[in-house]
Amino acid sequence: MDIHEYQAKQLLAQFGVAVPPGVVACTPEEASYAAIELGGSRWAVKAQIHAGARGKAGGIRLCTSYREVRQAADDLLGKRLVTLQTGPEGQPVNRVYIESAAPFERELYLGYVLDRKAERVRVIGSRHGGMEIEEIVKTDPDAIMQVVVEPAVGLQAFEARELAFQLGLGGKQVQRAVETILGAYRAFRDCDASMLEINPLVVTKDDRVFALDAKMSFDDNALFRRQNVAAMYDSTQQDPREAQAAEHNLNYIGLDGEIGCIVNGAGLAMATMDMIKHAGGSPANFLDVGGGASPERVATAFRLVLSDDKVRSVLVNIFAGINRCDWVAQGVVQACRETAIKVPLVVRLAGTNVEAGRKIIKESGISIVSAETLGEAAAKAVAACRGNGIAIKAAN
Amino acid sequence: MSILIDEKTPILVQGITSEKATFHTKEMIAAGSKVVAGVTPGKGGQTHCGAPVFNTVKEAVKATGASASIAFVAPAYAADAIMEAADAGIRLVCSITDGIPAQDMMRVKRYLKRYPKERRTMLVGPNCAGIISPGKAMLGIMPPHIYIQGSVGLISRSGTLGYEAASQMKALGIGISTSVGIGGDPINGSSFLDHLALFAEDDETEAVLIIGEIGGPQEAEAAAWVQANMTKPVVGFVAGLTAPKGRRMGHAGAIISAAGDSAAEKAEIMRSYGMTVAPNPAEFGSTMAQVLSKGQARRISA
Repeated sequence: MDIHEYQAKQLLAQFGVAVPPGVVACTPEEASYAAIELGGSRWAVKAQIHAGARGKAGGIRLCTSYREVRQAADDLLGKRLVTLQTGPEGQPVNRVYIESAAPFERELYLGYVLDRKAERVRVIGSRHGGMEIEEIVKTDPDAIMQVVVEPAVGLQAFEARELAFQLGLGGKQVQRAVETILGAYRAFRDCDASMLEINPLVVTKDDRVFALDAKMSFDDNALFRRQNVAAMYDSTQQDPREAQAAEHNLNYIGLDGEIGCIVNGAGLAMATMDMIKHAGGSPANFLDVGGGASPERVATAFRLVLSDDKVRSVLVNIFAGINRCDWVAQGVVQACRETAIKVPLVVRLAGTNVEAGRKIIKESGISIVSAETLGEAAAKAVAACRGNGIAIKAAN
Repeated sequence: MSILIDEKTPILVQGITSEKATFHTKEMIAAGSKVVAGVTPGKGGQTHCGAPVFNTVKEAVKATGASASIAFVAPAYAADAIMEAADAGIRLVCSITDGIPAQDMMRVKRYLKRYPKERRTMLVGPNCAGIISPGKAMLGIMPPHIYIQGSVGLISRSGTLGYEAASQMKALGIGISTSVGIGGDPINGSSFLDHLALFAEDDETEAVLIIGEIGGPQEAEAAAWVQANMTKPVVGFVAGLTAPKGRRMGHAGAIISAAGDSAAEKAEIMRSYGMTVAPNPAEFGSTMAQVLSKGQARRISA
């Protein structure tokens, strides 16, 4: 799960990370009041979306009067912001964050990730802040410092200190950076984050060190024990179908193709998509209905897949282990009756109680193309998608 | 022979009294497993599925000599269950739980390293279908009827894609020595490599099929090991050719986030290390059949 910049900063501040004073606003009026409340004479108005690269896309405006702040908020709110990271349709801007803009001298990079290979948290620092870490890796890999944290004891002060010196900090800056590096680590650990990026971490003339931008993602599997994090979920930043799927505990990811997929198990779902491509078609979605695919879940999955009007045929591929094919078949039949499915439907059942499942499909009287193997199912779904319905019936 | 488990392995079921565990314990017994004990804290002294129930894993191990365990435990308590089993001296723990927090798994992996190698616990999973040595024993939740006993070792991240492969092979009369699901989480217990090394030493296994997914370095590590150490043929496949970058495809670990994470890259690495890559997921069985027949021919000519 991702959160907004202002939420990440509020969270980090609770762990001792220094952040600039800021106020979130949902209307232009609130924005100008925010500027008054913050005081000073320079403010940044920052569009709050779950994506980076906002600056280049015009999502961050520097303002020097209340009127400008109000205007910037008016420009951004209610629009969809398209950045290099959003995709062509962009993300809706429902909130802006008004921050006091103080001049700074240096920009650094500080990041935390769960490293799969090391199976530990990896802290990454660089003297080149304000640019993408991938870019730094390419242009100046020597400028990247790393600490792999021993999980039994956590990040130690000396490790943070070493990192601070490597970042070229000195004097009072060092202790302040150490507080930030350790605080951000505790936030990462205690909130079950999966990624935390402070980019840039800035250093001012008067030796202050603070997070100018902050991005955090969290482990979905740990949200059950992080209510404070779960409460920050913003469904408007997600594809509506994906948000709806999440509500029903289904794994759905929308793609560009024409064949809707309903599969049990993530690996088999990916393989089904691969098989469709191999057969000359393109999948409209990834959808894992999970291990316990009850008739209700299957029906929900159908509604979800069919709500995508690019879908021209649907392929159901279930390999029942703990699941039972007869159960899934009931769900398919129920869904067909309820949703008035207008596109051809190909169903492949295998595994536990497969004969009973096929019988239910056959006796339902609904026009369903059945297939026995994965290869056959994909070929029939692709043919059906091309409007080749007659050929399939003949092949049946 | 087979790897990890056979009909003589004394098995413990953690969380045995739940409905789910009861169902699968019965399935495991029917598949030949020797279930000697169960553990449910607070229910010690009862008998369930014909096995004595204990409050702690230590008590169960002391009384029954259980050496392998399967944990039917909810995500919030799963890490604790794995560590309890490891501390009690269980050598093989299978965790089927989907949804364990990644940082819990990080701590589990660190905890397992407390023990010297000779008594260290091997963890299979989490978020996997488990282990089956067809005709002998099952420590998992797969449908046993789709496997036949034979000479191919199968290692898969995904449960259902592993079923798909097993049934394609069954249709061609190819059986399995042992099938292991290593699970779809970003931080998991044993890897492809761990099980490949066991299959390499197993007399009954003639060839191995490994089915990976997008995300993570384990498929590439396994491929490098195959080239350096493996004398038996290894067939590979990586699911997720059509997966978009940066999106989590159902499994917590199935995400293309770094170079080398994509299905195409991993398949290419496998090929470059001398593995045979199944051209698509409908040809696990036929690819393995070809490899097996070639393998026999090579032996005859040598």
